[in-house]
Amino acid sequence: MDRLLLVIATFCFLFGFAYTMHALGARVYKASRLNFFAILTGFLCQTGFLYLRGHALGRCPLTSLFEVLVFLSWSTVLFYLLIGPTYRLSLLGAFTSPLAFLFLVAALLLAHDHAPIKTANPPNGWLELHAALSVVAYGAFALAFVAGVMYLAQEKQLKSHNIHSIFYHLPPIRDLAVANTRLIIVGFLLLTVGLGAGFGLGSIFTHSVVTAWAVGVWFLYGFILTAEWRHRISPRRVAWLSVAAFSVLLITLGGLNFITQKGGL
Amino acid sequence: MSEVVVVSTCNRVEFYVAAEQAAQGFGAVNEFLTTRLAEPPGSAFFQLPTAAAVRHLFRVVSGLDSMVLGETEILGQVKKAYAAASAGKTTAKHLNKFFQRAFNVAKDVRTNTNITRGSVSVGSAAVELAEKIFGKLSTCHVMILGAGEMSELTAGALSARGVKSIFVANRSYDRAVTLAEKMKGKAIHFEDWPREFHDVDILIGSTAAPHHVLTAAQLGPIMRTRPDRPLFCIDLAVPRDIEPAVNDIEGVYLYDIDALQARADQSMNVRKQELVICEQMIERHAVEFGEWLAGGWTQAGVRYSEAVSGGQS
Repeated sequence: MDRLLLVIATFCFLFGFAYTMHALGARVYKASRLNFFAILTGFLCQTGFLYLRGHALGRCPLTSLFEVLVFLSWSTVLFYLLIGPTYRLSLLGAFTSPLAFLFLVAALLLAHDHAPIKTANPPNGWLELHAALSVVAYGAFALAFVAGVMYLAQEKQLKSHNIHSIFYHLPPIRDLAVANTRLIIVGFLLLTVGLGAGFGLGSIFTHSVVTAWAVGVWFLYGFILTAEWRHRISPRRVAWLSVAAFSVLLITLGGLNFITQKGGL
Repeated sequence: MSEVVVVSTCNRVEFYVAAEQAAQGFGAVNEFLTTRLAEPPGSAFFQLPTAAAVRHLFRVVSGLDSMVLGETEILGQVKKAYAAASAGKTTAKHLNKFFQRAFNVAKDVRTNTNITRGSVSVGSAAVELAEKIFGKLSTCHVMILGAGEMSELTAGALSARGVKSIFVANRSYDRAVTLAEKMKGKAIHFEDWPREFHDVDILIGSTAAPHHVLTAAQLGPIMRTRPDRPLFCIDLAVPRDIEPAVNDIEGVYLYDIDALQARADQSMNVRKQELVICEQMIERHAVEFGEWLAGGWTQAGVRYSEAVSGGQS
């Protein structure tokens, strides 16, 4: 049942992506409720999966790379739905759905999913909070990545004077720059609280490699924010850094799972 | 003549009439014009029978019959004309249905084709690009260097979008004052523009200077102090006021008059390519409306045979 929900969610995001690409190809793209509801349905299915899996595990469903990828996809869509009607009806959804789709495909095809085993001991609430907040923070970083890609696409067209039909549907670059920075700030704050929860309890040290990785991500985004505030780097560089940082995060996430062989964060 | 709507704009006067007999309707319009005009209506006027009149109005409200293909102002003008006729109780079943259908056709055409896409003049192309950089222009400060006709038109288009302030600098201070008054902006002496430049978001260059007024070497240090504020440079001058190399500076977007004209031409080409699709949509709607009209007469038992349009373009 829970896997079926994931498959439905995957197709919903695939539909959202394919619909937008088709509309853009036909040059008559317009914000569509159908597209939005496809993403919303996918989100609800993901929520259903996480609820069922959490219930079966007796704890927050972050015990394997498979679950982490599903949670990450859910967090990305969550931020898309929360970010407000201005961006929701623009192409942000079109850029979000392929990312959510890829996370789910990677989870379903690449990551090993073992049968959930209910934990014997009651879960540690602080550790749960630490893990959940961290992955939600990565969701914010994922959407910042999306905003960064959109910024760079829009900026390239404006600079080169080579304007395609997608130009009409991308938000203004100043808005994209603001969205990118705000999402990085939100993700950074969530990750700070998440790490704080783990460090405060001390139990986070049981996973030294995972801890080092999470702290590394925190420093990476901390560096971007510092560079923006202290050294006043341009929105274009912030966009590039946002795209690069999230790419590093994704690549190392797979490597991290391989190293620990334990899964889970 | 039972029903009538008069559409009158700056370049067209049209009478949409529903009459029991076509000749009766045409005759009534001719008589009206003869009594009102100094000269009898001549070849400038044309008459269209029902089917052609239906297609004509559908084309008019969709912007296909306008001087600027795809312009949207005409729809508002026709809506006003219809509202006035409706308030004056000169419309009934047929013209009500006709005009409501026309408004639906306009919506359909505009929503499902690219006939209104893009900007087809230099001024509107500049506004479109500015909005893609800044979003709402209400926080933008504009500076005009050189009070020429093109800069006035472009600044006027930006001003209509509610820019926060406009500075005008010109070698002749009196002309700067005249243009600033028109734009509700502030005139400054030409030598002072670099001092006022720091907070400017949109720069319009339109001087007669034989050399670059703004160079990359000048602009680079300024932009480094405001990395989070983009600058949109519009160079309308020939020879150019702004060195092309400024486009390589981060956060600076330079468009000269040729680039803006190319944008406008590109948009117009897109609109022209959409014409075939628009005409097909209009034809489909016209056929459907014709079927309703034929059925409606029978059911209503009224012997209206023609809806006529007399127009001057």
